[in-house]
Amino acid sequence: MHIYNNTKEGKMMSVPRYWREMPERTRLEAAKCNGCGIILFPPRGKCMNCGSESFVQYALPRRGKLITFTIVRSPTKGFEKQVPYVLGMVELEDGTKITVPLTDVFPEDVSIGMNVEAVFRKVFEDGESGIIEYAIKFRPTL
Amino acid sequence: MRPNIDVVIAGWGSYIPLYRVAVEEIAKMWGKSARHFKEELLIDEKAVAGQDEDVATIAVEAAKNALQRSGLAPTSLGAVFVGSESKPYAVKPTGTIVAEAIGATPRILAADMEFACKAGTETLQCCIGLVGSGMINYGMAIGADTAQGAPADSLEFSAGCGGTALIVGRKGYEKEPVATLEGSVSYVTDTPDFWRRPKREYPSHAEAFTGEPAYFAHVLSAGKILMEELSLKPSDFKYAVLHQPNGKFPIKAARMLGFNKEQVDSGLLVPYIGNLYAGSSVTGLSAVLDIAKPGDRIFMASFGSGAGSDAFSFVVNDGIDVKRDRSLTVRNYIKRKRNIDYAIYSKFRRKIVV
Amino acid sequence: MIMRKVAVLSTGLTKVDKHWRKSLRELYGEAAKAAINQTKVPQLDALIIGNMCASDLSDQNNIGALLADYLGMTPSMAYRIEAACGSGGAAVLGAYTAVASGMYDFVMTGGVEKLTDGVGGNTTYSLGKAADAEFELFYGSSFVSLNAMIMNHYMHVYHTSREDFADLAVLMHKNGARNPYAQLPFPITRDTVMNSDMISDPISLYDCAPVGDGAAALLLCPLEDAPKYSDTFVEIVGIAGATDTINISSRTDLLTLNSTVVAADRAYKMAKLTPKDIDVAEIHDTFTITGALSVEDLGFCEKGKFHKMLANGAFEAGGIVAINPSGGLKSRGHPVGATGAYQVAEIAMQLCNKADKWQVPDAEVGLAQNIGGSGSCTYITILRRGR
Repeated sequence: MHIYNNTKEGKMMSVPRYWREMPERTRLEAAKCNGCGIILFPPRGKCMNCGSESFVQYALPRRGKLITFTIVRSPTKGFEKQVPYVLGMVELEDGTKITVPLTDVFPEDVSIGMNVEAVFRKVFEDGESGIIEYAIKFRPTL
Repeated sequence: MRPNIDVVIAGWGSYIPLYRVAVEEIAKMWGKSARHFKEELLIDEKAVAGQDEDVATIAVEAAKNALQRSGLAPTSLGAVFVGSESKPYAVKPTGTIVAEAIGATPRILAADMEFACKAGTETLQCCIGLVGSGMINYGMAIGADTAQGAPADSLEFSAGCGGTALIVGRKGYEKEPVATLEGSVSYVTDTPDFWRRPKREYPSHAEAFTGEPAYFAHVLSAGKILMEELSLKPSDFKYAVLHQPNGKFPIKAARMLGFNKEQVDSGLLVPYIGNLYAGSSVTGLSAVLDIAKPGDRIFMASFGSGAGSDAFSFVVNDGIDVKRDRSLTVRNYIKRKRNIDYAIYSKFRRKIVV
Repeated sequence: MIMRKVAVLSTGLTKVDKHWRKSLRELYGEAAKAAINQTKVPQLDALIIGNMCASDLSDQNNIGALLADYLGMTPSMAYRIEAACGSGGAAVLGAYTAVASGMYDFVMTGGVEKLTDGVGGNTTYSLGKAADAEFELFYGSSFVSLNAMIMNHYMHVYHTSREDFADLAVLMHKNGARNPYAQLPFPITRDTVMNSDMISDPISLYDCAPVGDGAAALLLCPLEDAPKYSDTFVEIVGIAGATDTINISSRTDLLTLNSTVVAADRAYKMAKLTPKDIDVAEIHDTFTITGALSVEDLGFCEKGKFHKMLANGAFEAGGIVAINPSGGLKSRGHPVGATGAYQVAEIAMQLCNKADKWQVPDAEVGLAQNIGGSGSCTYITILRRGR
């Protein structure tokens, strides 16, 4: 029995929900507004700055600085065996901020201001029969 | 074997996880002799995948490093193959997970291959065929594993995690080739030395039988035939990379083929990271490419249980000097390490059954 | 179009607790009957109710119809409003517009929540749905961890410590100890907070509001009719809602709850008041960090100065403004979808001199601030003692 997820059955995440958002979560694809040029991540239907509905695909930078973080000790359902895990907010090289899990670092070694870079990792396994969900996480820059 | 159109390596990249378990930790747990593994089998510690890593994530990072070296856009790839014996799904190709994550879809061939530890060069042979036939311009061959050794079994001491991606391109079309393929030989027989039945967690093996009738018979045969067909002698090669289930086998096989220790040293990684299974010989090749110079000739022979060996001869080209520094080297990843104890290792590798 | 002025005619609260023996409908029924029986209204025209988690935890949707049925109100109009933990405040805003528009006269509103119906992590998971499901919850973040990142950032920027935040929890318990409706009516010390287990660093157990059940009901009617039906009523003089980005990484300033700033601005303008005019406020302290930011963003003190002002007694009766005399979310409790309604009801009680042992003297004007999610929406209600 896998220890990655608490239950054999998993929470049965909707496959379409995982699959739809793969470009954003696994390739950091954002939207750049054709009206005013700001970067929207996650993408929106209308630009919150100028109201434009026209966007172009934009690949977010892969490196940034950690501006804040937390060490989760009381987990969300399904993340029990990953405790303690670190979630952080990264300010990327172009100024865009994203909320992501951190990896390849023990909680006591995380500090505000550290340089971090994007890596492709597992986020969640949906029990023993469900799908494996991947996304970009950030690790201390090598 | 040689394709009608000559092929080259256009890029290479590897990935090794952060964590290490020292042989002493495992020996202490099971009351075994650490000395036997360290001094006779030449393994000090092995690389262990973290909780959020698997063959897909390892393959993706190796692939991204290879792409970075090659300077190619991901959509230039016509194929991506992942060779592994520990793929995340029994049914669902890792190849598509990798292709999507690197942005190479949808006009691409993707699949997974299995031939125990030889799967990494299986993928290479397929890419050579597809590129060499003119069907695609570039193909990516990946060998990666997060192999498991059964607790207390001797293989637990050596089963490591990691992988490498090689990008194959067409000579002439690729403007900055890293190395040109001179030829390859595949030598296989039905020899059941090591296997895993479905629904079993860990593989089984035939112990000492995995030596002479399996590893040595196939590696030596493939190597000898390759050199005969290409009219080459061991001294024509600067480097010799062999599959590394431990340190003893490749050093002995290399000597039996006529190579000396200096030729083998640069590609011998098993003391630091263990046996990467399908990633083993290709990661050894990657480590050699990290330091090789134009004009160097490289011998590589993989071994996969079941059993078989693929042997290759490459000659390094000028492109290597341009591309080498574009990505992290195998040594960079080896040096980046954090040792863990058996408890954390068990948690990561799911040996705790609830 | 002329909008009618609206009064809160009466209120009813249940104690916040783990009400194992009371169901969703029974809990709201208790609060609603208490409110209704204080007056002699001829009929109830509509029910607009706030709730967040019943769908997940009690398998119950269609709560408007459910409660209208339970209270014998059918065939009156009813529906539920959901705005995460802002559901209560949002429901009051919905009820206000229903009466102000002239479409309905006597409107029951409020909120109800049965968090203890959840098992095995379901409650935390359901609460987490206030965040961005695809880009926050997906990664295993929860309500706590998102706010913990904000707290960590605040501490880094303003050089404050966990002890500074603990002082707010201490004040909340000091107030809640006098409130019979409070879930945790006992005093605590700084040490209680500092020694409590970490939930998501740097938020510890005692930085968090407890998990509990509760219901608050308010009966609204046109202000001009209020004197006919009750001796103690209050006027809603300002009311507004506002939003901010759903995910915290898109916030312009991580340490400003812009939805609170904007909603407060709108409500103050509508009431023709400023922060200085507020005598008593019930603010949204889900976590000590949320409480600190709320007080700052409501205009009661400068950014980064909350802890200094708190230490100087600015937020107790006799200071600048009495904050959470009820004990706030920390001590009174936080039955999420009902909390916003508790806040408005508590202010109404303060303005009608009904708050017994936790009464703030001479309270004329009060403000209730209710947040949804990690600041993605805020609903603010400003009340004045009825004439």
